[in-house]
Amino acid sequence: MLGLEELSREEILAILDTAESFAEISNRSRKKVPALQGRIVFNLFFENSTRTRTSFSLAAKRLSADTQDFTASVSSLSKGETFIDTAKNIEAMGADVMVVRHPTPGAPHLLSQHVSSSIINAGDGAHEHPTQGLLDLMTIRKAKGRIEGLTVGLVGDIAHSRVARSNIWGLLKLGAKVILCGPPTLVPKAMERLGCEVAYRLEDVLPRCDVVNVLRIQFERQQGGMFPSVGEYSQFYMMNQERVRMAKPDLLLLAPGPINRGVELTPEVADGPHSAILDQVKNGLAVRMAVLYLLSGKLDARSPAAE
Amino acid sequence: MGKLALPTIQITGGRIIDPAQGLDHVGDLWISRGRILPTGGVNEEAEVVIDARGKIVCPGLIDLHVHLREPGNEEDETIATGAASALAGGVTSVACMPNTIPPIDTQAAAEFVVLQGQRARQANVYPVGAVSKGRKGEELAALGQLVAGGAVAFTDDGAPVANAGLMRRALEYSKMFDLVIMQHCQVPELTVGGVMNEGFESMRLGLGGMPAAAEDIMVARDIRLAEITGGRLHIQHISTARSVELVREGKARGIKVTAEACPHHFSLTDECLRTFDSNFKMNPPLRTAADVEAVIEGLKDGTIEILATDHAPHAREKKMRELDQAPFGIVGLETLIPITVKTLIEPGHLTWPEVIRKLTINPAELLRIPKGTLRPGADADVTVIDASTTWTIDPTQFRSKSRNTPYAGWEVRGRAHTVIVGGEVRYTLGGIVREGVAPAAG
Repeated sequence: MLGLEELSREEILAILDTAESFAEISNRSRKKVPALQGRIVFNLFFENSTRTRTSFSLAAKRLSADTQDFTASVSSLSKGETFIDTAKNIEAMGADVMVVRHPTPGAPHLLSQHVSSSIINAGDGAHEHPTQGLLDLMTIRKAKGRIEGLTVGLVGDIAHSRVARSNIWGLLKLGAKVILCGPPTLVPKAMERLGCEVAYRLEDVLPRCDVVNVLRIQFERQQGGMFPSVGEYSQFYMMNQERVRMAKPDLLLLAPGPINRGVELTPEVADGPHSAILDQVKNGLAVRMAVLYLLSGKLDARSPAAE
Repeated sequence: MGKLALPTIQITGGRIIDPAQGLDHVGDLWISRGRILPTGGVNEEAEVVIDARGKIVCPGLIDLHVHLREPGNEEDETIATGAASALAGGVTSVACMPNTIPPIDTQAAAEFVVLQGQRARQANVYPVGAVSKGRKGEELAALGQLVAGGAVAFTDDGAPVANAGLMRRALEYSKMFDLVIMQHCQVPELTVGGVMNEGFESMRLGLGGMPAAAEDIMVARDIRLAEITGGRLHIQHISTARSVELVREGKARGIKVTAEACPHHFSLTDECLRTFDSNFKMNPPLRTAADVEAVIEGLKDGTIEILATDHAPHAREKKMRELDQAPFGIVGLETLIPITVKTLIEPGHLTWPEVIRKLTINPAELLRIPKGTLRPGADADVTVIDASTTWTIDPTQFRSKSRNTPYAGWEVRGRAHTVIVGGEVRYTLGGIVREGVAPAAG
């Protein structure tokens, strides 16, 4: 599970359908099923994360897996051990699934060539964040009843966003129109070749959008100087009430978080009636359960008992 | 072994190609006491006979762009292993880059390279001196003393000479030695954080990009500097379509500019990075198909007169790192012939004589070294190429200390069969050379 680029439309829909069925578990008083009993899920996080790691941990626990977190800053990486050696050691401890977040694009792909555990990409640099893409798709589909034919605007730092890349692959495969909007320094023109529209003025785009996904400025992944100031960025691209009024009345607003209130969107908008931010978090849990569950089928298939 | 002890060698029945003399015919080549003999050889029996029927016999290949890593990074390569790797690739002379630790920026450092090369007794090793002290790009290195130490050219390769004033001075000052300034053309401010070519593929993969314009701008600047100074400029590892055009234009205006292209830049594109394999991470990066086409066109029309490998060995543990932490570059010497055959000769872009010219007399003239020809009396550096043999590239068999190649598993044609340096057989493939007896064919 390395990215949405590699998945077919059918595979994406299968994950979304499975996630729908898992969403119901969160509403039960006993929020646990035995699907991954006896399995070990390792969270290998080489980059800071609260939301995604917690979501994966909780998803694994609800499927009755044993979970273990690994954080790079307190690991042997600080003693010089390589990323691959670290993962091999964790595999030797019996990891069935490794959930990997890493600041370098392709790091989970590299790992998948050196270990036999299942790898789930939980975000690799500016490349992909497939479960975030899936949870965004799930949120849109639940709210709108469909994805095909919708116009989805991705606003902000597209160049450095793994969320954008996973969203683009997923949305295009499911038949949505995708508009990318932000300053030219953060929205590469080359993205048109993927089949997206590229725009620089949010006001021109908003009236056509059924969904707007507001992406965070990735200060940590930039060389700096991509735009003159946060203030100027907000002036052109922050979702505020005035801009919401330019959009369709049933606009759905997403933001992958962590949200910067007052930069990418105002508090009124973040907490307003169009916002689906907390639904995204809830759906994230269901999507991650679905992914772990579907991978567990593959684990069973290759276990000695199945041979 | 002294010169007098060197054997008389007869290379029989090969296709002798020597572009320096305009030769391309089937015949015998005789060598005695380290020198090429006139046609007809000597009135004595050869002590060593090499059966070259069906093979190409040409001047020993010259690679003017290799990194031998010694001193400082002997875990990647040493002068001895790099020079052995050269022989396995059919290369009898290498010019090694000064980006070692410490850099080759003094006479003593250049002499160290020469001495280690002599000790290794493999391919001939020529040092290229740094342009600037410490390769810091601030002050000119002691170019004259480097020449005294054996340097045959100057470059800060691995990094460009970014300061235009310094580059101008280097081009002016080097005229007193008639040596060339080689430049790794790249505007550093445009490539910060870059891992691969900037474009559609880097956008898709979320990897930091290095725009083609970073190279184009520096090539344009340096050609203009070569024009105003009259100095000799050599563009290293040219990789973009616009750079090729700029060199073509510069030559047309009579400016002393030359260029080299590396096999990876005419055989691979940036789409290869989709695998996230660090063996495709180079600097300059792999470019687009249009750039590859332009480089091949430049090779065809003579704009690019030299083939070089930019042999850049790195120990396995370094290349196994995440893509943004792995170093740039690949082992090049041992795949030079087959990749050139596959991408230039087999598709009909260049003929064997054209390729051999770019690997012998052209680099020899650029470096002002007395090599690259089979003229009677010349140093007996000879490469026998089996152009028809097919094989699979297997990095575990490399003589280089490192294994970083993007060509592992490629089914290829053509490789060095026998390599003679200074009249001594120093490498053979497919048979042991015995005195007076021809090795088994193949």
